[in-house]
Amino acid sequence: MIFVTVGTQLPFPRLINYMARWAQTHGERVVLQTGDRSGFNGCETYRSLPGYQFGTFMTEARVIVSHAGIGSILATKAINKPIIVVPRRAKLSEHRNDHQLATAAALDGRAGLRVAWELDQIPAFLDGAIEPPEAELHPQFNQLVDRISTFVGA
Amino acid sequence: MVRVLAVSSGGGHWQQMRLLSHALGNVDIEYACSAHVGDLKVHRLPDCNMRTPMQLVAGVLAAWRLVYRVRPDVVISTGAAPGALALIIAKLLGHRTIWIDSIANAEQMSLSGRLTRRFSDLWMTQWEGVAEETGAVFAGSVL
Repeated sequence: MIFVTVGTQLPFPRLINYMARWAQTHGERVVLQTGDRSGFNGCETYRSLPGYQFGTFMTEARVIVSHAGIGSILATKAINKPIIVVPRRAKLSEHRNDHQLATAAALDGRAGLRVAWELDQIPAFLDGAIEPPEAELHPQFNQLVDRISTFVGA
Repeated sequence: MVRVLAVSSGGGHWQQMRLLSHALGNVDIEYACSAHVGDLKVHRLPDCNMRTPMQLVAGVLAAWRLVYRVRPDVVISTGAAPGALALIIAKLLGHRTIWIDSIANAEQMSLSGRLTRRFSDLWMTQWEGVAEETGAVFAGSVL
């Protein structure tokens, strides 16, 4: 199963429409979380999902296709699933600015993560095997926590 | 025990806050979020952003009430605007403050982050390049 999620803040029709079309020509089950509409295109489609159901779809999926939101990236890492991210573009009115392009560029190359700069890169990523993300938290995580703990006095 | 108020928006901001705060040791934490997170113990704040002035006013009042009620030793925020407001008000009320700019801001400090600069006792980014450009503290990141 492929779970497509675009977050709760803004719709992302460019990605949703592309994945709905992909689903029509492939046998694999595709679940779409769209941010703006439910039930269309022959796919299981949800505007938004309560946390437990979001978690169920994340767990069932073999790969997650997502906007380049940190929430999605952290969520897939937490359950050891690969993610394909598509950055939203400000010039297409997909977000207020291009910070998702910057995030994607900065994270590109991490294990378990692929960046589809263009939509037509997605099928090759779906056909190939993507390794799972690194299980352990980055050593930089502990350094950040230490710095905060020291300041807080915990 | 140190009393911490952790304030953030939903989605990625919230997840970064949970990751970081769960790793903090011996602290008493109260959470506030501007999105529904399905946990009744989490204080709810109205959502706002820096581009909608009227909502900002409501955000300021809600943040002031929250900080006044919780009376934390330290306020921590991972963004965005509602967290920035709570942090600024906390500083004005004499509490210590930590800003951790979202890891989503890889190239420049967020607008909310820039506003919190003078009100943050510890003003952090999760990217080394942003630290070099802005003078923010870089110690590490959640990813």
